[in-house]
Amino acid sequence: MSHPTESPIGLEAPVTEDPPQLTKKDFMSDQTIRWCPGCGDYSILSQTQTVLAELGLPREQVAIVSGIGCSSRFPYYMNTYGFHTIHGRAPAVATGLKCVNPDLSVWMITGDGDALSIGGNHFIHLLRRNVDLQILLFNNRIYGLTKGQYSPTSEVGKKTKSTPMGSVDHPFDPVQLALGAGATFIARSADVLVKELRDVLKAAYHHKGSSFVEIYQNCNIFNDLAFEDLVARKVRDDRLIFLEHGKPMTFGVKDAPKGIRLHNLRLEVIDLASGEFSEADCIVHDIHNPILAGMLARMQPPDFPVPMGVLYETQRPCYEDGFNHQVTEAIEKQGPGDLKKLIHGSQSWTVK
Amino acid sequence: MEGVSQKPVEQRTSVTICFAGDSGDGMQVTGSQFTSTSALAGNDLATLPDFPAEIRAPAGTRAGVSGFQIQISSEDIFTPGDAPEVLIAMNPAALVTNLGRLRPAGTVIVNIDKFTQADLDKADLKSNPLEDGTVDGYLVIPVKLSTLTKDAVAPFGLGAKESDRCKNFFALGIAYWLYNRDFEYTRNYIRAKFKEPYLSANLAAMQAGWNYALTMELLQRSFAVAPAKLTPGTYRNITGNEALAIGLVTGTQKAGLRLFFGSYPITPASDILHSLSRYKNYNVTTFQAEDEIAAACSAIGASYGGALGITATSGPGLALKGEALGLAVMTELPLVVIDVQRGGPSTGLPTKTEQADLNIAVFGRNGECPMPVIAASTPSDCFDIAFEAVRLALRFMGPVMVLTDGYLANGSEPWLLPDVDSIPSIPTRRTTEHNNPGGQLLPYKRDAESLARPWILPGTPGLEHRIGGLEKAENTGNVSYDPLNHERMIHLRQQKVAALADVIPLAEAYGDDHGVLVVGWGSTFGSIRQAVLSARADGKAVAHLHLRHLNPFPKNLGEVLRRYERVIVPEMNLGQLSRMLRADFLVDARPLTKVQGQPFKISEIRAAIDDVVAKEG
Repeated sequence: MSHPTESPIGLEAPVTEDPPQLTKKDFMSDQTIRWCPGCGDYSILSQTQTVLAELGLPREQVAIVSGIGCSSRFPYYMNTYGFHTIHGRAPAVATGLKCVNPDLSVWMITGDGDALSIGGNHFIHLLRRNVDLQILLFNNRIYGLTKGQYSPTSEVGKKTKSTPMGSVDHPFDPVQLALGAGATFIARSADVLVKELRDVLKAAYHHKGSSFVEIYQNCNIFNDLAFEDLVARKVRDDRLIFLEHGKPMTFGVKDAPKGIRLHNLRLEVIDLASGEFSEADCIVHDIHNPILAGMLARMQPPDFPVPMGVLYETQRPCYEDGFNHQVTEAIEKQGPGDLKKLIHGSQSWTVK
Repeated sequence: MEGVSQKPVEQRTSVTICFAGDSGDGMQVTGSQFTSTSALAGNDLATLPDFPAEIRAPAGTRAGVSGFQIQISSEDIFTPGDAPEVLIAMNPAALVTNLGRLRPAGTVIVNIDKFTQADLDKADLKSNPLEDGTVDGYLVIPVKLSTLTKDAVAPFGLGAKESDRCKNFFALGIAYWLYNRDFEYTRNYIRAKFKEPYLSANLAAMQAGWNYALTMELLQRSFAVAPAKLTPGTYRNITGNEALAIGLVTGTQKAGLRLFFGSYPITPASDILHSLSRYKNYNVTTFQAEDEIAAACSAIGASYGGALGITATSGPGLALKGEALGLAVMTELPLVVIDVQRGGPSTGLPTKTEQADLNIAVFGRNGECPMPVIAASTPSDCFDIAFEAVRLALRFMGPVMVLTDGYLANGSEPWLLPDVDSIPSIPTRRTTEHNNPGGQLLPYKRDAESLARPWILPGTPGLEHRIGGLEKAENTGNVSYDPLNHERMIHLRQQKVAALADVIPLAEAYGDDHGVLVVGWGSTFGSIRQAVLSARADGKAVAHLHLRHLNPFPKNLGEVLRRYERVIVPEMNLGQLSRMLRADFLVDARPLTKVQGQPFKISEIRAAIDDVVAKEG
């Protein structure tokens, strides 16, 4: 799909000139959804279908590529092109697809085990290459489809079927990993943050390059309420901070507003109710600032709220553009391939 | 000719020569220069480069010896020769590791400058092989190759190390005198490759070597090999890897497709990646993936997108690609997988040749996962086999495995160039039409003859559908756990591969229609054919059956096998093809095995034939 030449600022998607012709329903396939009732995946599927309709994307121009895991069943439920590949390898399949068919809007669906464990190598190389596609990482901090083993994002001490005495593995932070791998777009949202998730997905679409979105997703069977102390309605205003480009970083419940300021080269939570600080003391979010992105990526409870929205965005050439440009360049320089020349090579002789 | 040879010239039908030295001595360059020059002189030829896996093993050690054997002939030949008659050894390690190959009374030209105590120590020698009887029975010609080279290049102001690096051209000069070869090709090569003062120094070293050979008393005569009576046409000298790359480009061009090559560097397959990366103006794209798995998966993604995905590797990489190949089988997408076999298991012998991946090629995936397997017989046949792989993959919609090996990959021979216009175009199953108008799209509805499914590219309006690695319901391609559907699909995928037997050539034995049948596949072709020729010349009833298609086999294979009293199967493994033949056809196919990282000698196969004839003839 064509992209605006410049990435949009913040979460606001630019107004599309042509009104979307398709509805969410058009993006729903005829297949029975087989996720557990109550699974967070339903919401993510629903928001994605809504967003694709709102973006006005023709169904045939959308290809969903996934790996293995609960989340990776996603393509079957989308009435678009879809490829349910093998465990961890969706980035490689998606790269091959996008390289030969750069006009497609490619959406990669993966999970914490798929992307960060078995597919960790492909994941970082995809981000490094900056292939123009969207990566939706459903992070539920557990292996669901294999029925409840700890994952590379499970917290230390996690008791699961495979760790009855508690996990001793230190977890990955997907956002920090993506930043380290050179991702050009990094955002975070959650299954229950309906509007915010849609906004993030749209921003991810409008970014040209690999757009990485970590989505907190509840597995109500094997790791229920994993994010409840962050995303529950009652606490989310205080435990999450919704980032907006160009706006001061504020959060907190109505009666106890708070903010984030930069002090002594560190981020710090400030109390905006006491009168000591005002919004003017808060740091203004700049999605293009990689140093700030690094600091935001490290903000963790209980000392900090968890940042939601677009943490970072930058522009870098996309892999498939350079990849395909070399063909054009070779044809310009050497002319279109002539099989006879190729077969004869530079040194041939004739026997009579 | 560089001056007039004042010594007698002896005509020969064929000669075999071996250049051996340190990895850094430039023996591969020397060998390939001699090869190209002989090819341009009209000889038939076959080469065997033999080099270590280490780029620069410690200088002077046996581990670091790099060799290049070439047979040139005025007749049709099929192998680089069993035993060289001339060995040019640049140091003691090169001498002792290659002397065993030399034919009795052969000539050894040694760089005597490299036989100091320190050099002998490096080669792990307790005594000097030139003095302790090791070389008894050979004609040894000691040459102060380093000193003479140094003197020859003295006018050009090179440092000691740089001067020494010219000595391979001095050695080549000797070889050119010995076999009455022209300098022209190498002179042009040096001019194109080197800048001054190295250009002049290398030219001077080559001329000095030639002059030295002319005047040296020990070399009594030189040899001439007349041009071979090859089939009329245009030829070029080609290695297997290069022929394979050109075959892949030709196949995709004839199919009107973009070639997407996903690969991870691995010896001895990397040259295919190097070659293809230079052919971008043929609508070729090369993707150097992060690993072997990504290489295969990116190619699958590209095929899904409408290009022809191709991946190449060697044994260890093939083991890693297994799961991805299953995905290609399940999703029924065209794919070409090339395995340039090397010595295994594990890392094995990376630069040596072997044929021990037949089992993994035919059987090595989880589940019932059939794949067509084809194998090249000679370096130039790699072109035809690559084209065949493209044809089959696009016909039956699935992955095709191509087996070559290190010997074919790096070896070379004259290639009779095909006429581009008479190469047929290859149809594809790409479609933009709905195959069930008014109803549900049927992405797994099959072509009646080939059982192939349609190739529907993402981006095609109205044909949106989903594919994946879960079992498919027949026709709709929806996920299905139905037991009978699964069994039906297993059979369909098997039948789809089996149906290719209708479009491949029948098996045809060369030689007698009774007696001993020697069945081979892959790079053993040359040794077997030459052994069968010689046995028949001696009046024995023998035939040669070479198999290029290993899955499915030609339809008449069982019938051909049963015509013969005895069947022997020479293989560079422990009998993988013979086991398949026994299992499929209940014939007493006996393996003749060799797993030394080296190709069969003609004499080894001839001995096996004689043995069978003598015992049971």
